[in-house]
Amino acid sequence: MKLEASNISFAYHRKGEKILDRFSMTVESHERVGLLAPSGFGKTTLCQILAGYLKPDSGTVLLDGEPLPQKGVCPVQMIWQHPEKVVNPRLKMGETLAEGDHIPPRIIEELGIEKDWFHRYPGELSGGEMQRFCIARALGESTRFIIADEISTMLDLITQSQIWNFLLKEVREREIGLVAVTHSDALMERITTRVIHLESEDH
Amino acid sequence: MSCLDKHHILEIEDLSVSFTQYEKGLRQIELPVISKLHVSVHSGEIVAVVGSSGSGKSLLAHAVLGLLPNNANVRGRIFFNEELLDPEKIKNLRGKEISLVPQSVNYLDPLMKVGPQVRQGHKDQKTIQRQKKLFRHYDLDETTEGLFPFELSGGMARRVLLSSAMMEAPQLIIADEPTPGLHLEMAKKAMEHFRAFADAGNGVLLITHDIELALEVADRIAVFYAGTTVEEAKVDDFDCEETLRHPYTKALWRALPQNGFQALPGNQPYVKDMPQGCPFGPRCEHFTEECRGEIPVKIVRCGTVRCIHGEPGEASHHHHGERGEA
Repeated sequence: MKLEASNISFAYHRKGEKILDRFSMTVESHERVGLLAPSGFGKTTLCQILAGYLKPDSGTVLLDGEPLPQKGVCPVQMIWQHPEKVVNPRLKMGETLAEGDHIPPRIIEELGIEKDWFHRYPGELSGGEMQRFCIARALGESTRFIIADEISTMLDLITQSQIWNFLLKEVREREIGLVAVTHSDALMERITTRVIHLESEDH
Repeated sequence: MSCLDKHHILEIEDLSVSFTQYEKGLRQIELPVISKLHVSVHSGEIVAVVGSSGSGKSLLAHAVLGLLPNNANVRGRIFFNEELLDPEKIKNLRGKEISLVPQSVNYLDPLMKVGPQVRQGHKDQKTIQRQKKLFRHYDLDETTEGLFPFELSGGMARRVLLSSAMMEAPQLIIADEPTPGLHLEMAKKAMEHFRAFADAGNGVLLITHDIELALEVADRIAVFYAGTTVEEAKVDDFDCEETLRHPYTKALWRALPQNGFQALPGNQPYVKDMPQGCPFGPRCEHFTEECRGEIPVKIVRCGTVRCIHGEPGEASHHHHGERGEA
């Protein structure tokens, strides 16, 4: 499969500066693409556009030539930098997980999520534990692309390597395409097959 | 112990912080977020406390500055220039001898222009000149004084926060995650100011989740795990696994993307299910029954480690004389 963004432009204010200006990129299912740019260059904005959370002012995001579906589970799933900001604080983690697509039990197990955590609220889990739920939630059966925006930045290195070793194996086995943002060069080298420099794509 | 004989600007011993919380109804529980933490900053040093976010590192900064909320219980000893601090002394030092550089622009008053804000309302010539000098030093041009915080870029905000911390010529700066989300090269540049400050004989306690940054800019690293520091090591000790002291630090080292990217299974324990004794015990390959007991700090090759296994070391003892020693 192919995820294709063409001529994406985006500004947060109607007359404001364009964060993205006619930006294009393509990711194939077998690829793991890294996005590199200084802070404030619109990496997270681009991630949100690719995953369908934001609509670009102009340009298109196509999955195998079709726009992303507006209903149901999106085949392009985003994993965010701060897991505590993307889970409902008033739902137990088990309920949060049930919000998404059907998730194979194997994934829960391989991510090291313990049964006991399902009955806890987000405030009763560490950042690493919560991020495991967010990763599981994004890996439903219908997922074809994963957009990972600094998903291990705030975790300790051991948790980081646990999470990435799992995710790399998973996307390889299921032929899920990956777009990853990280500010760490060493991590970038480990996880990606190709890197796009946002600033050098300049117009 | 000649290696530890340098002048101590800050020394924290056995610091524990817990919060009293209400569970169901009137049942109170104690939530231990920091337990028996040990770290010191010598003159001329940047010492980084490295741990994952949400693990209670920021509370360390707030404890040293006496800024914790009322439901926090603090135990342990904090020495500044070898003098034991109490809440009254902390109040007098804070903002003068000890300054905080907080995480983000959110710590500035959004309704006050940054010039007057950095001057804290003082209008005398001496204060104004000092502020202008600091702004020039940090490459903030004249017009910056008249800007509101929301008009600053992230980099400018950081330099304004730094100027603010430097107003009273402190000896110790506590920097809490001062470079969030910056690329390593940018973060290193932002840290140059801290380097210059330390080189002038002062001390910096850098609190961060970013070990790669810490390895680049710090002189020593205190490794924070589950609410305590398991090891204090010189940055050079991180050159290879053998020179590190604690099994967790060694596992961290092996998990670096450039050192094998190996993942030790398991999680840092959540504060409510903290294991007895060594917090790393349940994940440790060297675990024995004794690990469930008290784990004293020992000094090994000029660093400290909280582990009963591994190389033999000297017991860490207090060297400020009788005061504060139990």
